[in-house]
Amino acid sequence: MRYAYYPGCSLHQSGEEYDHSLHAVCEKLDVELVEIEKWVCCGSTAAHNKSKLLGASLPMANLALLPKMELDEVVVPCPECFSKLKTAQHNVKEDKNFRKDVADVIQTECNEDALVSHPLKILSQEPLLSKIPTAIQRDLSNLKVVCYYGCLITRPAKIAAFDNCEYPETMDRVLQAAGVTTLDWDYKTACCGASLAMSKPDIVVNLSHKLIEGAKAVGADAIVVACPFCHMNLDARQPDMEKEFGTAPEMPVLYFTQLMAYSFGVEQKELEVNKHMTDTQSVFDKINAPTEEETAPTEKEEDFFEELHSHK
Amino acid sequence: MTNEVMQIEDKSFEFSDAIAMAGGIDTSWCYQCGKCATGCPVAYEMDLTPTQLMHAIQLGLKDVVYNSNTMLLCAQCQTCSTRCPQNVDIAEVLAAVKVLMQRDKKKAQIPDVLKFNKRFLGNIKWFGRTYELGMAAILKLTTRKFTQDVGMGMKMLRKGKFPLFPRFKGSRVVRKIFKRARKQEKA
Repeated sequence: MRYAYYPGCSLHQSGEEYDHSLHAVCEKLDVELVEIEKWVCCGSTAAHNKSKLLGASLPMANLALLPKMELDEVVVPCPECFSKLKTAQHNVKEDKNFRKDVADVIQTECNEDALVSHPLKILSQEPLLSKIPTAIQRDLSNLKVVCYYGCLITRPAKIAAFDNCEYPETMDRVLQAAGVTTLDWDYKTACCGASLAMSKPDIVVNLSHKLIEGAKAVGADAIVVACPFCHMNLDARQPDMEKEFGTAPEMPVLYFTQLMAYSFGVEQKELEVNKHMTDTQSVFDKINAPTEEETAPTEKEEDFFEELHSHK
Repeated sequence: MTNEVMQIEDKSFEFSDAIAMAGGIDTSWCYQCGKCATGCPVAYEMDLTPTQLMHAIQLGLKDVVYNSNTMLLCAQCQTCSTRCPQNVDIAEVLAAVKVLMQRDKKKAQIPDVLKFNKRFLGNIKWFGRTYELGMAAILKLTTRKFTQDVGMGMKMLRKGKFPLFPRFKGSRVVRKIFKRARKQEKA
């Protein structure tokens, strides 16, 4: 299988480990991601707050590069980019005049019919979903996690057109296929405050702290995310949460692709978890903790103990 | 709260028309059910809830809207737009208010939010793709909050989370898009 790939700015910078682990997962599942060579920023949270036309032109300029690659589906791991590409397509489809304006700005035809997919979509569909269990090389069943979808993979429902916008389950399904235990919890689609990360960090600390508390309440070992901004807020803001609320959350936050790659046999070192601000070692300790069967005494040891007791 | 009787005139609709022009959303569908305010994760910090802001837009109370912090605090999580029973894209309306504010050169209650937008767009105009480190540094400098988050930033740098230097990829394309979009909107 072959898809075009739009990484977005974050995945080549602060979210690099998401990019690398996604590639590792795709390699194991024989999925080829071909990066759009000349992609530019999608405008993120800023462009459409300055002008609607600019906000649609930047995404459409990227989608216009697809026909040359002879690929009609693009995989977009960053939910912010995913949402901006989808919204631009929607706005262009709805209004013919607007479509013309955008085409004038990008000086090429609008490609509003290209399929824009989050990796969770292709992984949760056949044939990949049934392929996932066949790639497992490590048992992760010890680990209990909560899946955090954030805002933009599923919202607004009519634009994202993916999963259930109030209670999504694709990430749970994908991780379960990879052998991870996922828990039910209340904050799957709650907001971490992403677009305020730089301008109003106090709100981010408050919202993200609530999320982490929610994950702790159900006994999760880690929060698993699919967004570089959610990751940044939940992971890097934990010292600020400690300052604000008194106790350190100490909640590991991982990308879903990192867990999948680990399940598929990629070494811990290669997952670049050392780049995370909150220590994630507890996750790997939990995974590799000996099971009851393994800690139970062997027959030989039992005989030895019996003999020891009889001597007394 | 005021008990004055408010006259609704033709002029009152100018503002909601301007919003419709900028964002393409018809605000008249809103009947103030309050669902957007209930679901909004940031409503606790807002002086007007999204519902109240929508009402103010319908009544043409431009100053009330511009002086509020509602649109500035919007985290763009899209919960309101998803749940609105009248199918009003409230988040897009809030974005349109910000577009008009900048066009009218209005002072924002929380200037940092619009400053971030400006820096972000300046950044991609320069580099074609976001140069995160440069943007963060310039933003914290220009908002004079250099000490804010500096500890976190240093730790991230040590962990190698940010590449130190920018790459210029597609900056020419982006600059042209900016230029043409601006020209088109003036026409």
